[in-house]
Parts: sequence; structure tokens; C-alpha cells
Amino acid sequence: MTEETTGSTPGPASPAAATQRVRFYQTGTHTLGNRLMDAESRTVQASTDRANAITSGHRACQGCGEALGARYALDAAMRAAGGKVVAVNATGCLEVFTTPYPETSWQIPWLHSVFGNAPAVASGVAAGLRMRGQKDVRVVAQGGDGSTTDIGFGCLSGMFERNDDVLYICYDNEAYMNTGVQRSSATPPAARTATTPALGAAPGNVFGTGKNLPRIAMAHEIPYVATASVADLHDLEAKVTRAMAICGARYIHVHVPCPLGWGSASHDTIRLARLAVESGLFPLFEAEHGEVTAVKKIRRKVPVEDYLRPQRRFAHLFRPGHEDTQRLAAIQAMADANIRRYGLTEEAPL
Amino acid sequence: MLKQIEGSQGMAEAIALCRPQVVCAYPITPQTHIVEGIGAMVKSGALKGCEFINVESEFAAMSVAIGASAAGARAYTATASQGLLFMAEAVYNAAGLGLPIVMTVGNRAIGAPINIWNDHSDAMALKDAGWIQLYAETNQEAADLHILAFRIAEELSCPVMVCVDGFILTHAFERIDVPSQEQVDRFLPPFAPVQMLDVANPYSIGAMVGPEAFTEVRYLGHQKQIDALDVIPALAAEFEAVFGRPAGGLVRPYRIEGAETVVVALGSVNGTIKDVVDAERAAGARVGSVTIAAFRPFPLQALGAALAGVRRVICLEKSLAPGLGGMLASNVRMALQGSGTPVHTVIAGLGGRPITRDGLTRMLQAAATGGLEDVTFLDLNRPVVEAQLAAARRQRHSGPIAENLLKAVNHGPGPRRVPDRAAPGQTAPQEAKP
Ligand SMILES: Cc1ncc(C[n+]2csc(CCOP(=O)(O)OP(=O)(O)O)c2C)c(N)n1
Ligand code: SF4
Ligand SMILES: [Mg+2]
Repeated sequence: MTEETTGSTPGPASPAAATQRVRFYQTGTHTLGNRLMDAESRTVQASTDRANAITSGHRACQGCGEALGARYALDAAMRAAGGKVVAVNATGCLEVFTTPYPETSWQIPWLHSVFGNAPAVASGVAAGLRMRGQKDVRVVAQGGDGSTTDIGFGCLSGMFERNDDVLYICYDNEAYMNTGVQRSSATPPAARTATTPALGAAPGNVFGTGKNLPRIAMAHEIPYVATASVADLHDLEAKVTRAMAICGARYIHVHVPCPLGWGSASHDTIRLARLAVESGLFPLFEAEHGEVTAVKKIRRKVPVEDYLRPQRRFAHLFRPGHEDTQRLAAIQAMADANIRRYGLTEEAPL
Repeated sequence: MLKQIEGSQGMAEAIALCRPQVVCAYPITPQTHIVEGIGAMVKSGALKGCEFINVESEFAAMSVAIGASAAGARAYTATASQGLLFMAEAVYNAAGLGLPIVMTVGNRAIGAPINIWNDHSDAMALKDAGWIQLYAETNQEAADLHILAFRIAEELSCPVMVCVDGFILTHAFERIDVPSQEQVDRFLPPFAPVQMLDVANPYSIGAMVGPEAFTEVRYLGHQKQIDALDVIPALAAEFEAVFGRPAGGLVRPYRIEGAETVVVALGSVNGTIKDVVDAERAAGARVGSVTIAAFRPFPLQALGAALAGVRRVICLEKSLAPGLGGMLASNVRMALQGSGTPVHTVIAGLGGRPITRDGLTRMLQAAATGGLEDVTFLDLNRPVVEAQLAAARRQRHSGPIAENLLKAVNHGPGPRRVPDRAAPGQTAPQEAKP
């Protein structure tokens, strides 16, 4: 059954919402979510007052985790800042699929400069707004894992180190997707990408490489660092809301499956994100001033194989009759190390 | 107020009078003193309403300026040489977005070989990034051009690069008339952006544009520069009315009446050129010069008019387009289309090589007797070059050129064998066949 809920009445704090009516479909099911929760605990997305910062009609692939994560994150930021948010975007899928004029999806002020400078541009926007007396307008910068962990890393570290008043959100789909799925320093070991082909004696991405950006962010001792996942959108919103209550440099690293790049079914985006969390491969935690302050416990631990097997980028690990038990064990060891490091299970206290 | 100060300090004071709101700084000689000066004024409280940001690279400096400008703030930064190239992507981006940022370039050579001294290679490398490029001739003009630059930039919503010769202007102590705040405020109104990140009126800036409109966006960027050909002289006239002295403009001819040979150049070397013109005129030679004050937009008509009827033009260029010769000359030829006037390139002053009156006089005399080639290198040390060429012909493994030349310059260009650098167990480098 498709039915429109009460027409949106945009709150005065959310001027952008006026530009498009928020529609909900499938009311009466659990899709709207949180119907059984008290109003305070419901997600921002469940409200007709949401800013709808990235409106419908953009060109992301079906099942794009990045589109989902960005929409939840930006709307949560909009609510937290009373509708006064400026977004800065690095080059990448999010920038490309949301913008071509005249179909820009952004209903909030939005700026894209180049691939490697979003953190610095955001610092400049924040400074410019301060100097113009607009102290209540907040700045959210965003980029993919490539722009964040590789080409924009210097600018990001500078923004952190200066403790500029910017919330930076990395949408980590574990490769350079916009240019056709090349390896980044966030690509996991064994993953096949266009530049780490599943060929030779050690197919896919090399083990023992890559960098852990949330921990690097923590090393800057900035006020707030968190990891989040589209598997738990409630948690993502809560972390964005928390970050928006803090001044200074903040960093949220969101795990966002990419059906195209991962070779996964578009209906599996949330499931894969959840399996990454529940295997321990993508730990969810928060840190303040360099110290971990909270972790999300794994409810039901799953073997990494459950997460890896549905993704064609790992297919070479599961060739019938030639299962790569050695590499699978190495990936399992990574997950187990995360579980120990962050105390992700009940048995493993923080 | 008259002050005997370093050129950089004069610029810093002029920039501060323009009430910048965000200034980004990253150190590179020879622009460093300018941002240090502004930083000190922000820190002491002398410059209010301005945020001074120490960034981690020139790329970040330009990027912060882009963000600040898009947020509606007056933004400034400075750089030179390697720093300008390091920020190149963002330099193009600022122009593409139409953000009226002002940047000083303390002109300096580009490595390798690394060299901190003055030439114009840096600004020339980015001459077509879409920025307006103004070149200062004196310390007074270096200060004044910044006031003009903010006004021009904001009038057109186009970024402006103020090019000042490294050391020659940035580090020289000269008498500078620093204007009053009241004068600057009269000339430069508060920044009224044509586009801005505004929560009350949200739109996207920097969206992707495909083939259907990209040419038109570029055309409008070009048109802005064409408009600047009118805006620059008009504002220069207004500047003179407010401040009582000339600054900027498009071209400044000097003693070109009846001149057969005219030297065209950018920046501070025009001072020396004018001295030589005076001396040669006194000796009866029919010579003159033209200072190009705005290189982008290129003042085709104004220059064409100034050079009408001359026998030959010499472009004295502090940069080199390897494989072609002169960038200035190839632009100047556009202004002389159809006239048949020969345009010579004289490459001079690279990496801080002094451009002397003697050298310029010899150049003019060679030109008068028809002895000037299309592309000449002023005061080139021929024997050293020939020795290196010969060594390279003799020997395959002839070693790093810069090191060889320094040895030759310091010890004379005698034939020398480069030490054998082959690793143990490898065969010695082969002699090249002639
Ligand atoms: C300086 C520069 N280098 C390379 C590119 C090409 N480029 C554009 S988007 C992109 C990939 C983006 O990857 P990521 O940041 O992970 O974002 P995603 O598309 O995966 O969301 C690349 C390599 C560019 N635009 N600029
Ligand atoms: S390639 Fe991946 S990240 Fe890009 S739009 Fe498609 S699903 Fe989203
Ligand atoms: Mg990516």
C-alpha cells in the first residue's frame, strides 16, 4: 500500500525543506521505523521535518551505501544545527551523483572545489562565516575514502591539527569508486580492484598495507572521532548529533558498501554493512581527545567468511575446491584483533 | 604617510588597509615577510576582523581562501615559485569558481635546479589559469596594486595575482607612501559577493558541468578578462584621483615618440630599462620602452597602439618556454599582427642573474645593427655551456648538469672527467660515440 503521510510542514529552522515536500511511502509498515519508540528516540529520517538535504532524483547506483549514509548524516547535522549547515564536498561519487545542474540534489548551501582539498576548503568556509558574524552556521565536509585517506590526507591532518570547527565525514566504500574501482589506502587486503586484480599468486590487494584513519584522527587528539555504519542508521544519526554538539575538529568514518565496486547485490548493502560490524572487521566506537570512550558491542559474532563470500571482489578466496584458507584465516585474525582491541564482545571487555 | 620600509612591509600594510577577513599563510621565500607582517598586525590587534590561518601547504592556503571567499569573506594569500605550482590545481579552481581572491606572487625561479632568486617562471606557468595578473614596477606600486587588486577582483568577481619581483621588490627598503585607512575605505567598499554560501538562500557552487555548457562557462571567464581591459584603466584613474599618484593600468610607454627600437618588459626591470633608454636617447639612439602592467588580460589594443610604427620590438623576458623561447614575445606578436614588425626575445635575469645596464646597452646596440637573433640569452656564459655540451658528447655518463656547470663556473670550463659513479661490480659508463 502506498499512501502519503501528512504533508510536510517545514520547521522555521529548516528553510531548505521548503523546496521539496517530504513524502513517505509504505506507511503502516515498519519502513518508517521507530513507530514503537517514543518521539524523542525516533530517527531524524522518520520525521517529516527532516531537512531532506539530499533530495531524491540523484544518480547513485541502486543500493548505494554512500547515498544512504550521506542523507542520514546531513539531515541529522541539519537538525542538530537548527537548519544552519553548509556542506563542502570532495570530488567523488557523492559529488558526481548529486550535482549536475539543473538537477542538484543539495537543498542546503553546498560547495565543491577539487578532489584533495575539502578539509581546507571547509576550514576556509568556517573562518569566512565566523568573520562575517555567522557563528551559528556549522560546516560539514565530506569525502570518499580515497579523498580522505590518500589525496586529501595532508589537508585533513592540517584541519585536525588546527582544531578548526569542521565536522568531516568520510564515506568509506574501500576504493576509488568514481573512477572505476581502484585501490585506495582503505582497500582491505585480498580485495579485487581494478588496480589490484585477482591474478597471480597473491590475488587482490596486498596484506599488511593500508591505513586506519580513525586511529590517525585520534592521534591528533581532536575532540571527537567516531566510526559508524549504514548498518545502524540510528547510531550514525546519534554520532552526527553528538559531533554537532561539539566545537572544533570532528571526524566520523562511515562504512558504506558499494554494490558496483564490491560486486554485491544492491539489496545486500545493509546486510553486508551489518556483517562487517558483526564480524569485527569494522568496529564501531567513539573517541574523545584521543581516548576511546564507547564501543558498540557485537550482538552475535559471525565469521568473516559470512561477510566476504557474498562479494565478488573476494570471489577468488572461495574458488570451488581451492578455498584460500590461509588468507581467510589472516582476515579472521584481523577481525579478532579488532574484537580484542576494542572489546567488541561481552567476553572481551574494553 | 611616508615610510622608509621593506617592500614586503609596505605590501603588508597596504593589504591590511584593505580589511581582509581571512589570510592564509605558508612560508616560502621571498613572499614570507608579507604574510608575517599581516600576521603580526592580526596578533597585535592592529588588524581587526581578520583571521590569520597557518596552513600546512600552499595547496591548503589557496583552498582555505576558496572556502572563505565562497562564504562571502575577503580572502588573501601569498606565495612564490614552488608554492605557486604546489597550489596550481586550486589556483585554476578559484578562477573557475569566479572567486575574487587576491594573491601576491613574490616572483621566483622554479627548480630544478632549486633557486630562490627572482625571475617570472612561476607566474608565467599559471598565466592562463583565469586569474588577472598585475606586475609591479616599484615598491610603491607593489603596495598600491594590492588596493587596486581587491577592487578589480571584486568588481569582476575574478581572482587577481599581484606579481612582485622577489628580493628586488620584496626585500628592498624604499620610501613608500602608505595611504590612510580613510583613503582606502573611500576607494574600496566592503565586499559584496555575487555568490555566497548562505543558509537563507541555499544553492550548489562547484557542480559538475558537461559539454553542454562548459564552453559557455569558459567563454564567460574569458569575457571577464576582456571586460577587465576597461575596468583596469578606469579603476587606475580612480585610484590616482583618490591617492594622488598613478598605479597599475594596462601598459606604460616610455619615450616611444619616434622610437625605432622598443623594449617591452614586465615588472621591476623596467626601472633599469628606462635608465638605459635615457642614456641611449642622450647618445642619439631612437629607443623607448613599454612596461606591461597587466599581463592577463593581455592588453592587445593598448600595446598595439603603443608599438605602432616602430622598427623592432625586443621582449625582455624573465622566463623561458623551453623549446619555443619567449612567452611574452609570443603574446606581443598577437598585438602586432599584420604589421610585420620583428619581435625579438631576450631571455634575461633567470634565477636572479643581474640584468645590468651594460648588458641592456649591448643588447640595444646589437639590435640597432640587425645583429639580434630571434631568441637570445642575455649574458650567457657560452664557454661553460660549450664545455658541458662537449663533455656530454664525449661521455655517456656525464653526470648531473647543474653540478657540472657550478664546478665549471667556479673553476673554469676546462675539460674534466666526471668521476666514475658505477657501482662496484658494474662496468664503467660507456663513452658516447661522437
Ligand atoms: C587531483 C585529482 N586526481 C584524480 C582525480 C580523479 N578522481 C576523481 S573522483 C576519484 C575517486 C574518488 O574516490 P573516493 O574518494 O574513494 O570517493 P568514491 O567515489 O569512492 O565515493 C578520483 C580518483 C581528480 N578528480 N583529481
Ligand atoms: S559506484 Fe558505488 S559509491 Fe558510486 S554511486 Fe555507485 S554504489 Fe554509490
Ligand atoms: Mg571510495
